[in-house]
Amino acid sequence: MDFATFLWTTFGAFLTLATFSFLYKDNPFYKFAEHLFVGLSAGYFTIILWHNGLIPKLMFQRLDDGSSYFLWLDSSRPWYLIPALLGIMMWTRFSKKYSWISRWPLAMYIGIGAGAAVPLEMRARVNEQLSAMMRDIDWTYFFGHGGFNFLDTTSGLSQLIVFIGALCALMYFFFSTPHTGLVGGMARFGIWILMIGFGASFGFTVMARISLFINRMQFLDQQWIQSAHDTTNPNYHWGYPLLFYLLILVVVVYIVREIVVHAGKKNTASTGPVS
Amino acid sequence: MNIFDRLMQIDRRWVFLFLVILCVIAYVADFQIPILIEPEVESIFTFIDTLPKGSVVFIPMDYDPGSMAELHPMTYAIVEQCWRKEIKVLITALSQNGPGMADQALRDIADSMLVPKTYNGVSYPAREVVNGVDYVFLGYKPYPALVILAMGQDFRLPFPLDYYGTPVDSLPMMRGLHNYNDLACAINISGTNATDYWISYGQGRFGFPLAIGVTGVSTAQYYPYLGSGQIFGIMGGMLGGAEYEELADNPGNAKDAMRVQLFAHLVIIAFVIMGNIGFFATVRKRKRQQREGR
Repeated sequence: MDFATFLWTTFGAFLTLATFSFLYKDNPFYKFAEHLFVGLSAGYFTIILWHNGLIPKLMFQRLDDGSSYFLWLDSSRPWYLIPALLGIMMWTRFSKKYSWISRWPLAMYIGIGAGAAVPLEMRARVNEQLSAMMRDIDWTYFFGHGGFNFLDTTSGLSQLIVFIGALCALMYFFFSTPHTGLVGGMARFGIWILMIGFGASFGFTVMARISLFINRMQFLDQQWIQSAHDTTNPNYHWGYPLLFYLLILVVVVYIVREIVVHAGKKNTASTGPVS
Repeated sequence: MNIFDRLMQIDRRWVFLFLVILCVIAYVADFQIPILIEPEVESIFTFIDTLPKGSVVFIPMDYDPGSMAELHPMTYAIVEQCWRKEIKVLITALSQNGPGMADQALRDIADSMLVPKTYNGVSYPAREVVNGVDYVFLGYKPYPALVILAMGQDFRLPFPLDYYGTPVDSLPMMRGLHNYNDLACAINISGTNATDYWISYGQGRFGFPLAIGVTGVSTAQYYPYLGSGQIFGIMGGMLGGAEYEELADNPGNAKDAMRVQLFAHLVIIAFVIMGNIGFFATVRKRKRQQREGR
């Protein structure tokens, strides 16, 4: 790793530590990292949108021979002008007098979105799921393929659990009948099914959050700490460990300062205010 | 104040500190834990492993650096498996902050291809992976749902140029490659709701074989699509990546992280149990005090 890359890696390590410092309490380092992230993301997204959306789709049409057409004036696709005009019409929202114009592109956008979404979403999320729930129970492999396997999602038992679970969970949201007797029992079982689902989501979420922390540990170890002490690196010089220990020093100074401030507050609280 | 009251008033920062110390110890300690392979991950591996040379696998990398901890391991393992088996890879990045990261990942994997390796007892020679021949990176376009629908007609509609600005028609790999019908499968690796679009607008509309790799947070919500056969495989979070690395015999960051995950989960389970004991004991104590007060 050359020194310039290591400089950026050290900055990445600083931002990692600054972000994790929020677990202790809000502080200027965290605020800096947070604002930098928000600004950087917005800036990066704007540039990506400019180069991947507006330039190739609106401004220029690039040809195989390397030449480009300015789409609005001399293009094989002059109809690109129509969405461009619709896009410009959206900006009238900033004017009180002309903001009604923006309703036209908005209406078209919502219409296209709904038209594309409704049949496809209905098919993928409702019809297919209903069809999967209504399949014949696999009695041959009721307890799993190749012996008893509770985790086999294709076994007859799993199909039965999914069928009963879905029915009971739906019953919980059926409010036209009082939840008493059989309906009440089914609704109660439905709650349990929902809770198990939320529990599974929570478990996966815990894994996800720990994964992020582990990844940062791997980054700090593999890319920062090891690079700072990699004497086999042909570019290695005193600057590498200097940067490393400088950042460590900042962390240590911050921790010591917090301990001192905390102890000071504790002493003031125990002795009481001086009148 | 008894132990249960103390338990309920413990500063959460002590929990964080304890967890951090334990994670660091588990990370530094050099040991491995066995990885249990789930059939929904194995089905993806087997699908790719049995593809003939020259097939094209489509990998939409719809995530940004915020999700790379969980999703990069599966991307690395799958793309390297494809390239080692001389399967071509088509890539998009439909998350706005993802294209640069995806490009870097492809370069990293291409670099690792320059080293001969042995996976699952099969030796693969070193080989240079060529952009436009072994893979095409189409990049980013806004509005994923519309892009997915447009690619169903022709990849050239939303992407006349690839990420590097080369006209797609001039790339050798894109000859004869027009839409989803020309692909072996698509494996969507996503940290956003783009997976919903791939299921509804991609697989739902065009019917190609689809598998997904998603973050841990959203894994549970996609299992119904596995049961209905709309997807043929699912990799959930870092665990999914670790399982794939194990199957591909290509250990990486995910498999390395599993021992830390194990200890972190044990600690969290212990804290959840302690918290519940403390909560119920406090409730019981309060009720008893209320009864005695009457």
